[in-house]
Amino acid sequence: MRKSSHSAAVVTAALLAFAGTAHAGATLDAVKKKGFVQCGVSDGLPGFSYTDDKGNVSGLDADLCRAVAAAVFGDATKVKFTPLTAKERFTALQSGEIDILSRNTTWTSSRDTALGLNFTGVTYYDGQGFLVNKKLGVKSAKELDGASICIQAGTTTELNLADYFRANNMKFTPISYDKSDESAKAMEAGRCDGLTSDQSQLYAQRIKLAAPDDYIVLPEVISKEPLGPVVRHGDDEWFDIVKWTLYVQVAAEEYGLTSKNVAEAAKTSTNPDVKRLLGAEGEKGKDFGLANDWVVNVVRQVGNYGEMFNRNVGDGSPLKIKRGLNALWNQGGLQYAPPFR
Amino acid sequence: MTTPLAGAAPARPPFWNDPAVRALVFQALALIAVIALGWYLVHNTQQNLAQRGIASGFGFLNNAAGFGIVQHLIDYSPADSYGRVFWIGLLNTLLVSVLGIVFATVLGFVVGIARLSRNWLVAKIAMVYVEIFRNIPLLLQIFFWYFAVLRTVPNPRNSLAFGDAFFLNIRGLYVPRPVFGDDFVWVLGALALAVVLAVLLGRWARQRQATTGQPFPVFLVSLAILVVLPGVTYFAAGQPLTWDIPKLAGFNFRGGWVVIPELAALLVALTLYTATFIAETVRAGILSVSHGQTEAAGALGLPNGLTLRLIVIPQAMRVIIPPLTSQYLNLAKNSTLAAAIGYPDLVATFAGTVLNQTGQAIETIAITMSVYLALSLGISMLMNWYNKRKALVER
Repeated sequence: MRKSSHSAAVVTAALLAFAGTAHAGATLDAVKKKGFVQCGVSDGLPGFSYTDDKGNVSGLDADLCRAVAAAVFGDATKVKFTPLTAKERFTALQSGEIDILSRNTTWTSSRDTALGLNFTGVTYYDGQGFLVNKKLGVKSAKELDGASICIQAGTTTELNLADYFRANNMKFTPISYDKSDESAKAMEAGRCDGLTSDQSQLYAQRIKLAAPDDYIVLPEVISKEPLGPVVRHGDDEWFDIVKWTLYVQVAAEEYGLTSKNVAEAAKTSTNPDVKRLLGAEGEKGKDFGLANDWVVNVVRQVGNYGEMFNRNVGDGSPLKIKRGLNALWNQGGLQYAPPFR
Repeated sequence: MTTPLAGAAPARPPFWNDPAVRALVFQALALIAVIALGWYLVHNTQQNLAQRGIASGFGFLNNAAGFGIVQHLIDYSPADSYGRVFWIGLLNTLLVSVLGIVFATVLGFVVGIARLSRNWLVAKIAMVYVEIFRNIPLLLQIFFWYFAVLRTVPNPRNSLAFGDAFFLNIRGLYVPRPVFGDDFVWVLGALALAVVLAVLLGRWARQRQATTGQPFPVFLVSLAILVVLPGVTYFAAGQPLTWDIPKLAGFNFRGGWVVIPELAALLVALTLYTATFIAETVRAGILSVSHGQTEAAGALGLPNGLTLRLIVIPQAMRVIIPPLTSQYLNLAKNSTLAAAIGYPDLVATFAGTVLNQTGQAIETIAITMSVYLALSLGISMLMNWYNKRKALVER
């Protein structure tokens, strides 16, 4: 895999050299032409994108890509997944190898600007934490002075870790690996005292360990990690489609539309907001270059945001993560969709 | 020369039939095509970078890196720049390459000679070693040493201790670090003097043997000078050397030097793998020296060791050096597999993490490739120079 991170970089250089200049809407046209959405996901993170023994990819990040496929083709299965390490992900997107990067990626200013990327929204509000062995007797991250910390290379967590120890005047030894699985295994073997990552990932990694109950997640959350899908600069139409695919799922939850009742609601609802959203009134789909009932397809096939959350990381999953910051805005969370009109 | 009948020189063929002109034209066209393609690639790259709003240029080298690195030979903190990360990665690469080349050469020569040993057991052991380690992919060997061997050593609290100064655990091998006092310069001075004396002694002995035929025990006397002179100075200067002994404090051992398992695994794998090729090269070199030479040496009454050292090896070196250069180059380039086990070499830190944090793929990859090119050409030049010195001078 790590070979490919370098080849990805070389490929980027080559593609940037050979690629013709793109025009607006090029990605949508290209996606329609090839007949599927190429989606970059993680190399194995339960709850976000995880490939089971039958080759099915499940998770919140994977479902977002399915929702985009449902929006574009009316068929959520028309998506292909590319597993990427943290180091490979941006070059894969920049070079055009993938159409969307949906890989628990933190939104930062430099990724938005210098890397030439656009974050389309936040699928999961996360924060960085520490996972340690209970035997260490550590109760707080402040007690980690002098510890060795395992970490995934090329992530924002790598930077936050250094910042946190610097700010608290503590020393640490970073042990970095390309894959989060390698970091977790290294901690299990004792190569390092603790593992740091986004808290959602820590819970996901913990259930993969041989003895999950021997490990605890420390209470400190040392950073803001808004995770979301990413697209390339230079194609605003595609940016809009990916951005609004998530927004309409959030809006659907707000209006009580679910995968079960959305088809019915499209015919019977009298609420003008819902009618507009589902394409029963007006021709909003055309503005996106999509079918008028695209929102119905997204919600019917993939579900609203709440359904997607519960199925993958919430109560309906082994992770059982509380909604917390990811609840709707009117329920004390941060998930909020601009008006669809 | 003119023939009276024709009255004029034979008509020159049209210029497009002139082979000299043609060759020139085709070469010019080829050159123009190459330049045009190069210009197109550079121009198109710049345009695409600008259009996608991806930052370019080398200004990022001055920005703060912000991440930690497990092994750095020079001082480093996350507040230092990406430029410093580059040097740290480069030094880590050079460290593993140089150590690997030294160990692989020593092991390779020993095994290569052992394969030709008249002792059946020694020859077979050498053969089995070569055949096993030469035929397993290097990446697998690195994984074997890192995951299968070095992951099984105990954790810090149950470290294996050797004389309360050396400790081995899963975090690495901790060894005492020498702390030099101010007066240690005298010892260094004495050592330098001893080296000069040893060299002069060697010259004198060679001259004496050439003129009188009397051998002189140069090795033993030189060794005595090298040990006694700095040793006496050390005690005379009041033992200006103390040791910083690693101690278990908190989570890890502190103090001393640590050999991290990533370095150890990479070094062991590179050494064992490359040494097999060097051993075969050495064996081939020795076999290339005609047997008559050995017999002649035997007829002169030279013992086996001297025959090998004075007759066989010097001639074998001429055959050995060129392929040896290739093996050194391979080792230096194979060290990039470090990224697989998280050893912070140039590729893992600079072409990996820095690339990812800055997104400037073209710049970082270009720098990294130039460094490996320069490194390889440097090794090549050094070995070519050595080869020229050792080559047969024909008169």
